[in-house]
Amino acid sequence: MPMNTEWKPKIVAFCCNWCSYAGADLAGSSRLAYPADVKIVRVPCSCRVNPLFILRAFERGADGVILCGCHPGDCHYTSGNYYARRRMTMLFSMLDYMGVDKGRTRVEWVSAAEGPKFAATMNDFVKTITELGENVKLGDLRCKESLK
Amino acid sequence: MTARAAALLADGTVQRVLGWEKGDFDYDLTPAFFETADELKNLVYGDYSGANLSKYLIKAGKKEGKTLVFLKPCDTLSMNQLMAEHRVDREKVYVIGVGCKGMLDHEKVEAAAAKGEKKERLELMLGKCQDCKGKTFAVSDEVIDDEESRVEFGGNRFSKVAELEAMTPEERFAFWQSQLSKCIRCNACRNVCPACSCNKCVFDNAASGVSAKVNANEFEERMFHIIRAFHVAGRCTDCGECSRVCPQNIPLHLLNRKFIKDIDEIYGDYQAGESVNERHPLINYTKTDAEPSIVYERGGRE
Repeated sequence: MPMNTEWKPKIVAFCCNWCSYAGADLAGSSRLAYPADVKIVRVPCSCRVNPLFILRAFERGADGVILCGCHPGDCHYTSGNYYARRRMTMLFSMLDYMGVDKGRTRVEWVSAAEGPKFAATMNDFVKTITELGENVKLGDLRCKESLK
Repeated sequence: MTARAAALLADGTVQRVLGWEKGDFDYDLTPAFFETADELKNLVYGDYSGANLSKYLIKAGKKEGKTLVFLKPCDTLSMNQLMAEHRVDREKVYVIGVGCKGMLDHEKVEAAAAKGEKKERLELMLGKCQDCKGKTFAVSDEVIDDEESRVEFGGNRFSKVAELEAMTPEERFAFWQSQLSKCIRCNACRNVCPACSCNKCVFDNAASGVSAKVNANEFEERMFHIIRAFHVAGRCTDCGECSRVCPQNIPLHLLNRKFIKDIDEIYGDYQAGESVNERHPLINYTKTDAEPSIVYERGGRE
């Protein structure tokens, strides 16, 4: 049987339980298509995302990581996403400083009512990552399928 | 200085003195506690007293009584930051601020001597001293200094960071690759850092996957240094100890300074340790903060 050798990006999306995860749900129930390359990880709040999670995702072979949370001001826990916003700004700036492509990381605010925005965001992000190609700079080589 | 310490020790104001102890060579001054007048004979403050003593105050605070500590102007910021984090009790510390003319780097001195070159003092200083942050004591009970040690010097400490930012991502990647692959994971940068004062450290947790062990590949090298710098972001006073102690001479301060530069640019100028009551930028927010996409819009060539 011929193997499917076409490269597909691996994308991890951290979605907050209250807005973005519901937004993803709405995208699904509205039958809006977004690529299956996006793997969603549900977190209680965008500020639950420890910068280590993002590094770990890259380590395990992710080609792009996106963090989705409630719009600033709408956080279920009042202020979580404000902290997340500062942290991610710092982390992404540091990754850029170390020479990792800026396009591989992104933060997007998606509310529970924004199914179409969720789908559009994911489509756009997958497109960006596909254009950037496989993430060879970051990532533990032992975790890379193609190099095994 | 020794006389003042001996007097305070004798009249019972302090129970111990934290200073620099004479070593086998004139450059290996190590931090040490002195408890008797006899031991104080080994107290030295000289051109090689580069070590920042603030972190030892955490340990000293667990003992009975007051500790006298000698702090250089930049060290007082670290002590203030530790007080802000309730790691050091002001009541248990007697701070004597000591004037600093910039500390020498014995490797640079030896290299110059080996070549028979005569160099300016500034060229022989530790990297952290060449980028001196000023001569103000953020905290002190008394100050011992002289005219010479009040002379300000030091240029733009962000020039090297800006230089890196102006490179292409590929050049930056190659730069950090060449630097960080030297890392032997001795954890000296963590151990010496006054901001790294957690009782439990992620690097000691075997389950974290980033605990002390030899880096298996370039990603682990990077990960360790990103985590280390991120943990102290906003709390780092830029004392430069990490780069000073690195046995492999990795310019670790460039990672910390990048965070400081970003914080200054995005959230307004902030110097950790200047105030004891202020919340540092990463545990604070405003509703009008910049979006993370600001990172993609500024600096660096594509």
